Amino acid sequence: MSQTVSAADALRIDTEVVLSLLVGFVREEVHKVGFQRVVVGLSGGVDSAVTAAVAQRALGPDDVVPVIMPYRSSSPASEADARAVCDQLGLRPVMVDISPQIDAYFERFPEVDRTRRGNKMARERMSILYDLSFAERALVIGTSNKTELLLGYSTVHGDMAHALNPLGDLYKTQVWALARALGLPDRVVDKPPSADLWEGQSDEEELGFQYALVDVLLYYLVDERRTRVELRALGYADDFIDLIVQRVRDSQYKRRPPVIAKLSARTIDREFRYPRDWGR
Amino acid sequence: MSPTGPATQGLASDAAVASRETPPADAPVAPREGLEDTTGAVVVALAQMAPRLGDVATNLDRHLTMIDEARRGEADLLVFPELSLTGYFLKDLVPEVAVRLDGPELERIARAAGDLDVVVGCVLESDETRFHNSAIYISGGAIRHVHRKVYLPTYGLFDEQRYLAAGDRFRAFELLLPRASQPRRWRAGIVVCEDMWHPSAPALLARQGIDILICPSASPGRGIIQGAALGTALSYEWMTRTFAQLFTCYLVYCNRTGYEDGVAFWGGSRVVGPDGSLLSEPGGAGEALMWHRLDLATLRRVRIAYPLLRDENDELNDRESDRIRSRRAQD
Repeated sequence: MSQTVSAADALRIDTEVVLSLLVGFVREEVHKVGFQRVVVGLSGGVDSAVTAAVAQRALGPDDVVPVIMPYRSSSPASEADARAVCDQLGLRPVMVDISPQIDAYFERFPEVDRTRRGNKMARERMSILYDLSFAERALVIGTSNKTELLLGYSTVHGDMAHALNPLGDLYKTQVWALARALGLPDRVVDKPPSADLWEGQSDEEELGFQYALVDVLLYYLVDERRTRVELRALGYADDFIDLIVQRVRDSQYKRRPPVIAKLSARTIDREFRYPRDWGR
Repeated sequence: MSPTGPATQGLASDAAVASRETPPADAPVAPREGLEDTTGAVVVALAQMAPRLGDVATNLDRHLTMIDEARRGEADLLVFPELSLTGYFLKDLVPEVAVRLDGPELERIARAAGDLDVVVGCVLESDETRFHNSAIYISGGAIRHVHRKVYLPTYGLFDEQRYLAAGDRFRAFELLLPRASQPRRWRAGIVVCEDMWHPSAPALLARQGIDILICPSASPGRGIIQGAALGTALSYEWMTRTFAQLFTCYLVYCNRTGYEDGVAFWGGSRVVGPDGSLLSEPGGAGEALMWHRLDLATLRRVRIAYPLLRDENDELNDRESDRIRSRRAQD
């Protein structure tokens, strides 16, 4: 794909404004539901590092519970990076090796492909975070960014399961900018993004395009609602536009609650509409 | 944009201002701190607050606390934000949080306010079961004026027309201000938030003669792109200053703070003088009770320098409006 558009000014954020909004968001949305603490899964990647840093600013280091959950095939560098983030933020990580339960389960299904194994790991981690959520009286804070939510590059009921999500309206490129503004370790910010669900996994190889490229296209498509003609004029090839539009459309179900069969006069979320912060 | 441009600096600078964070309820309140009396001066307090969504009882208590504080600080007028009794993103809570003009909630506010004038935001239910996003002016223990929001935003993150009925008028009214000694009565008009995005609204009020344009607001912050972050805040910065200057009146903008369902309200409450200059730094993003002194002498001085209201051609305006209307009728 030959693209002429760079991730130029369209995605350049005012990091100071964003940080103050996110810190206020975490503090208010946690406190107003009667909690003081959050639990966050730390992968060693930039999304969870930024999430932890925002939570640390909002709540203080004692009220952020980071959990590092490696599988035996996870890159050792990931764990080291996650620990480096904890050290910098003054957080004490909880370590849970998920190898025993993952291996025990797949003994029954030895011929399983890596996508299925990866999804199972993501859901295992979710299950651990929610168990610790109860034990620590801490809300599960999510780390999904806008790029992966729009592309459906995430596991339903896995990394997509959480109580609040500070990064869900920021593209990956913008998360990197925030990470730099927060002064997070270079090794976390500069390494190639990976879900680390199998050895050598790379987001950009698996997706088939660079974040810097897709982020700008998504911004034009979603935020600015540009037409096909405008996108072509901006240098985007039709096949790339088609690919992205289809990914967004095909993953719409992931961003919605389960569909309810309409029967009564007042169906939940259709006519029964209340704010989430009802009385909070 | 600098808070006070050099060209306008000084015109309203003698309207000194003190702004401070809300002290605890039992803290002593310095009366008219830095707000020494001059001819026709009134003290306006802005209650930049974060209402609790859908919880009228709690919000009512907080109103009473702030009324008490404003009284002890010798304010003449206390302005609350849009929907201050209920919070903003109410959705199906609208019928549950609505109050009536003769209901106990407004009665309690009126009684507590005594000789302090108050503008409070609520959902008003009519006898026809219509629900209006309303701003209520209370003075001397009684409701003196009601503005029902005319322009209900229903786009983007807004959905007001699904739940609310629109108002049908912009009317100026007299501020009674019993606590202040006045050489003449102040006149005011109210626009609620989105109303101000329609310049015909302040224009209609200005034509009826107003000294203060009061805008209670619940404006959500959005936009993060470098150089245009919180674009809505920038828009209000431009609108408040432009309208105050063009209609040569004080503009009292009271926006709320806090978060609802992940949406941040950006605060930034302020009073703009009739020359378009800010009386003091706008409020930040937190809760605050902010004090400002407004005076008729400044209004008079600015209107002598800029006789825009005198020169406004109402007859031409009417004639052209009639022509446009009759042409439309023929289409």
